[in-house]
Amino acid sequence: MSKIFTTPLAKNNPITVQVLGICSCLAVTAQLKPAFVMALSVTVVVALANLIISCLRNTIPPRIRIIVQLVVVSALVILVNQVLMAFVYDVSKQLSVYVGLIITNCIVMGRLEAFAMSRKPMESLLDGIGNGLGYGVILVILGFVRELFGSGTLWGYPVMEKLGLYNIGYENNGLVIMAPMALILVGVIIWIQRTKDKDLQED
Amino acid sequence: MEYINIFIKSIFIDNMIFAFFLGMCSYLAVSKTVKTSAGLGIAVTFVLLITVPVNYLLNKYVLQPGALVWLGEKFQNVDLSFLSLIMFIAVIAAIVQIVEMVVEKFSPSLYNSLGIFLPLIAVNCAVMGGSLFMQQRDYANIGEVVSFSLGSGIGWFIAIVGIAAIREKLRYSHIPPALKGVGITFIITGLMGLAFMSFMGIKL
Repeated sequence: MSKIFTTPLAKNNPITVQVLGICSCLAVTAQLKPAFVMALSVTVVVALANLIISCLRNTIPPRIRIIVQLVVVSALVILVNQVLMAFVYDVSKQLSVYVGLIITNCIVMGRLEAFAMSRKPMESLLDGIGNGLGYGVILVILGFVRELFGSGTLWGYPVMEKLGLYNIGYENNGLVIMAPMALILVGVIIWIQRTKDKDLQED
Repeated sequence: MEYINIFIKSIFIDNMIFAFFLGMCSYLAVSKTVKTSAGLGIAVTFVLLITVPVNYLLNKYVLQPGALVWLGEKFQNVDLSFLSLIMFIAVIAAIVQIVEMVVEKFSPSLYNSLGIFLPLIAVNCAVMGGSLFMQQRDYANIGEVVSFSLGSGIGWFIAIVGIAAIREKLRYSHIPPALKGVGITFIITGLMGLAFMSFMGIKL
């Protein structure tokens, strides 16, 4: 049981190993706060969708399972979207279309197809939380690096200014905030992970 | 003129992949050879071209706040916009299904070349993203929406064919073993994105 939970965190990470859910991971990580909120939303959606689909798995006719999955997932995403708009409106504005795009996030559909359709509800819930967190870890790392080096702040707190680095000639690297740099950073994370873990290398 | 501006802008400046990272999953998974990636690119362009205008009409006449006013005065305050996510995905799934059947009936050769990609497009973020951007950007009329969706599709096509061509050549180069496959593809996409950023200075 604990293995179901821990493998998606590193060994079978949804982003760096399964290469799923890339769109949102790159687009929302220019700052730490939206990245964290996004990670949390995706975790909630994957976990609950896994649980619900797993409970229904014996009653869903295989021919129309994609539609059923989409309906369950989009109902959950609408809930998450409304909650975000009610409690953290500014972040919800920043995330813009990417909250809606959780519906077509490959992690959600991938886990439903590969895991929840054939496993018991408790296992599926754990798998969902594990994959959500595995996705979240990468998002938070990216958000941390990009906000710290791009704008010199963390969660809006001016770290670099308090350290007094600007006085000795330090400057923010504007490139890190820009979209293409996110891709290169993910490439570097994959590089580091696969250097440490030789089993994951492709030939 | 407005139409051409939106068309060019959505191909180069607001490119679905390099500016918004939409449709990344299939972009990474299917870009191993130029031929299959061109097939997927055409299929995505086609589906975008149909679904985005349909969702525009749906948004304008059913979902927007006050959109139902054509039914009568008392519907003036109805706001169904919270339903837009589920309506859009339902429309996309249904249209993909219809397109699949029509193509199979009238052009078996195109159907065979698109193969399994057609049904998969229902869960492609680029298609859903096209509809959501359309809703967010408030285009003035359906002509603008059509040129936006066609431009986004072509932009996506250019991106996936470009990366597939690079990956075909890449097979003969020396890459650190840990970077092979996905890793180097990410980095190259980033570099291509940087190149595409040079279009940003263009004022349209």
